Amino acid sequence: MKHDRRTELETAHWKGRTRPYDLIKEGVAALVIITVLVAALSTLFGSPDDKQITFKQWAVAAPSDFYATAVQELAGSSGTAGYGAPYNTASDGVNLGPLHLAKFMGVTHPVDTVNDFVITPLTTVVNSGPVATALKQWQSSDSKTQSTWATNYDNALTKVNQDATKVPTGNYGPVPLLAQGLLTMAEAGSLDGALLSQGNYFQTDNTKQTLFLGDGNYFNDQSTASNLQGNTWGMMNETGRYPGQAWLWLYSFWYQIPPFNNGDNHPFGANADAWIMLIMGALSLGLICMPLIPGVRSLPYKIPIHRLVWKNFYQEENL
Amino acid sequence: MWTTRLREGWQNNLPVDKLLPDTQPAYVASWIYMFGVATLASLGVIIGSGLWLAFEGASWYHYSNVGHFVNSMHFWSVQFFFVFMVVHLWGKFWMAAWRGRRLLTWVTGAIAFVASIATAFTGYLIQTNFDSQWISYEAKDGFNSVGIGSRFNVTNFGQMILLHVAFLPLVLGVITVIHVLMVRARGVVPPIDAFNKELGDRS
Repeated sequence: MKHDRRTELETAHWKGRTRPYDLIKEGVAALVIITVLVAALSTLFGSPDDKQITFKQWAVAAPSDFYATAVQELAGSSGTAGYGAPYNTASDGVNLGPLHLAKFMGVTHPVDTVNDFVITPLTTVVNSGPVATALKQWQSSDSKTQSTWATNYDNALTKVNQDATKVPTGNYGPVPLLAQGLLTMAEAGSLDGALLSQGNYFQTDNTKQTLFLGDGNYFNDQSTASNLQGNTWGMMNETGRYPGQAWLWLYSFWYQIPPFNNGDNHPFGANADAWIMLIMGALSLGLICMPLIPGVRSLPYKIPIHRLVWKNFYQEENL
Repeated sequence: MWTTRLREGWQNNLPVDKLLPDTQPAYVASWIYMFGVATLASLGVIIGSGLWLAFEGASWYHYSNVGHFVNSMHFWSVQFFFVFMVVHLWGKFWMAAWRGRRLLTWVTGAIAFVASIATAFTGYLIQTNFDSQWISYEAKDGFNSVGIGSRFNVTNFGQMILLHVAFLPLVLGVITVIHVLMVRARGVVPPIDAFNKELGDRS
């Protein structure tokens, strides 16, 4: 009964002492003060804006890495080629126990690394004689032969630490020339547009560019240098000396601790992305429903921080 | 008629003296109360600077000094917004501000917090710089892992910019308006011990 009476009193319109108040004045004052503070910080510090990485930049700065990545795309050994849903069916992807949610949702953004990343872009430019011949040879061959050539060359290149000059002769078909053709195209700056457009005029989807960029080491090295990797709280960091998305600290936190920081740990580390999304979904729901959670909802009564908040009122009312 | 009931319901629950009061309970005199209005003020700066950026285009701030300044206003107001909102949220938790049938006020506030994170996140994805390239590449794995990536594709710039400037601000705006109206309609929650004398104890 006492509980009901307390709720009734807390619900009812306040009948105790009041003080003058002007909501509009408070709002306008807050808006002016915040605007001035924000303008001051903007003038003093500006905002982060590290230039985007282009394929031209990658190809010029790290040609061996670009070349090897192009070969991996042809051989189907790149990260994207073996990713699974939503890009392809090469693997089942991560799981939550028996649940393969990505696989269940299917291939909604199909990516064919051979054609989307290498062959189609090469067909959009006038290639040199050898590259044009190589392209014809590739396109007139069956997929089994193409796969054999690309895998042979990918393995050979890996063995010599991606140094194409040291690859022994072998059954590679046109693969070295195709990779060289794509490198030349990237160095000239024409691959960026070709990857985005994929034969269309209007295009706003950067999925293929981003995936290709991420398959190489260059992009990852740049992010490591900027402390943006997941194992260094990457999602909440920002380039330069600027605050990032600090509100993602709890999401990033899980990636720093066992078992989620060990990709070899099964089932949690190897499927960390899915488990952490699940944990964060549950915690977000917990935040929204916090007043309904026994124990948690009692904390404000057990740890009386409210005595500090309403210190003056309690003193004035002898409470 | 439902329109009559709506008007009467509004008049009964949210008359102008509740919507724009000229007095407040005496206990509304702590520094913690500043953070709610400071959050809204920051949101105002975010919307203003964001509208300017929207009119000029996503790449404007890369080559224009004015654009860089407006982008910086957007950036820093977001930082302020989250700091103020988190302090506001913690304050309301320790005040057990859901008391007195104010559960939905808490719920709408917490949903606004989650919606704000989603809105800010999509903003980081459309910076059209290295950071947005990396965030989209890195974040795709999380969304893909639970199937969300099949519909919410963080590497699709067109989808992200539309969500950031249209859908998510609309969602956040509506939730915020509901939250503020609920605060006005219910009034500011009284102190936990405010009625101890009346009830004859400190429980």
